[in-house]
Amino acid sequence: MALDQSFVGRTYPPTDPYEVGREKIREFAEAVGDANPAYTDPDAAKALGHPDVIAPPTFVFSITFRAAGQVVADPQLGLDYSRVVHGDQKFAYARPVRAGDRLTVTSTIEAIKSLAGNDILDIRGEVHDEAGEHVVTAWTKLVARAAEEA
Amino acid sequence: MTAKIAYDDVEVGTELPAQTFPVTRATLVQYAGASGDFNPIHWNEKFAKEVGLPDVIAHGMFTMAEAIRVVTDWVGDPGAVAEYGVRFTKPVVVPNDDQGAVIEVSGKVAAKLDDNTVRVDLTATSAGQKVLGMSRAVVRLA
Repeated sequence: MALDQSFVGRTYPPTDPYEVGREKIREFAEAVGDANPAYTDPDAAKALGHPDVIAPPTFVFSITFRAAGQVVADPQLGLDYSRVVHGDQKFAYARPVRAGDRLTVTSTIEAIKSLAGNDILDIRGEVHDEAGEHVVTAWTKLVARAAEEA
Repeated sequence: MTAKIAYDDVEVGTELPAQTFPVTRATLVQYAGASGDFNPIHWNEKFAKEVGLPDVIAHGMFTMAEAIRVVTDWVGDPGAVAEYGVRFTKPVVVPNDDQGAVIEVSGKVAAKLDDNTVRVDLTATSAGQKVLGMSRAVVRLA
C-alpha cells in the first residue's frame, strides 16, 4: 500500500544524546577488522590532528539508524518494516565522529515514492555535537518490497 | 586532517591498492554485536531462507565499512573522508563453512575537485557479482 505523501518534509524531534566511547569505537573497528591506529590509539589520532580517537566513517550509522527508527516505527506512516531492505546509504562529514562526542540526530523524511508496488523512503539524519555544531549528515534510502499477491 | 597522499601526486585514473576482505558467519555475529543490527537474516539461515534469500547474507553496512578501507588505508587518516555513499545492489551471501565469502574492492580516482579533494570510485564484488553500485567517496588530500 502506498505511503502517505503528506509525510514528506516531516521532521522528528532530536534524539537524546548518544555518547561516543573509545571502547565502543574499538569494538566496531575490530568487528570490521580495521587496525588503523586512529581508531584505538589516542596518540596516533592526535598525531593526525584529532583531539581523541576517531570512529570509522560508517560507525555513525548505528546512531542515525536508531534515530530513523522513530520514522520507521511511526504507526501513522504505516511502513511494513518486515519487508524493508536498505537501498542506498550516503554520508557527508563536517568532521569525523570522535570519542567524547555527545551526538543528537534529527531525522527528516525527504521523499516518499512508489515504484512497481515498492515503497521507497528517503530519510535524512542531521547529526550535531553538544555545542550544536554539525558533524555529519546521513541519507538512508529504505525500500519496502511489494507484498506478494495473495 | 593529515592525508599522506598529496593532491598534486594523483591524477584521474590513479588506482588505489585493491584489497580483499574475508567474511564468515563469525564475522557477521561480531559485526551484529558491534553495530547493534541483530536482523536474523545476518545470522539465522532458516530465517533468511524463509524470507526468500539464498542463505545468510552480510550486513550491507558491513560491506560498506570494508569498501571504504581501500580509501582510508590509502590516505592514512580516515578523517580525510568528506563524503561516502553506496547503493546496495546484490547481497554478499555467506555460507556456513570455514571459508565464508570474500569481498573484493578496488578503487580509482575518478575526478579532481576543489579544495584538494578527489572523488574515488570504488568497485566491490563477491563471488563475481557486483555488490555495491554508485560507490563513491570524496577525500581531502594533502
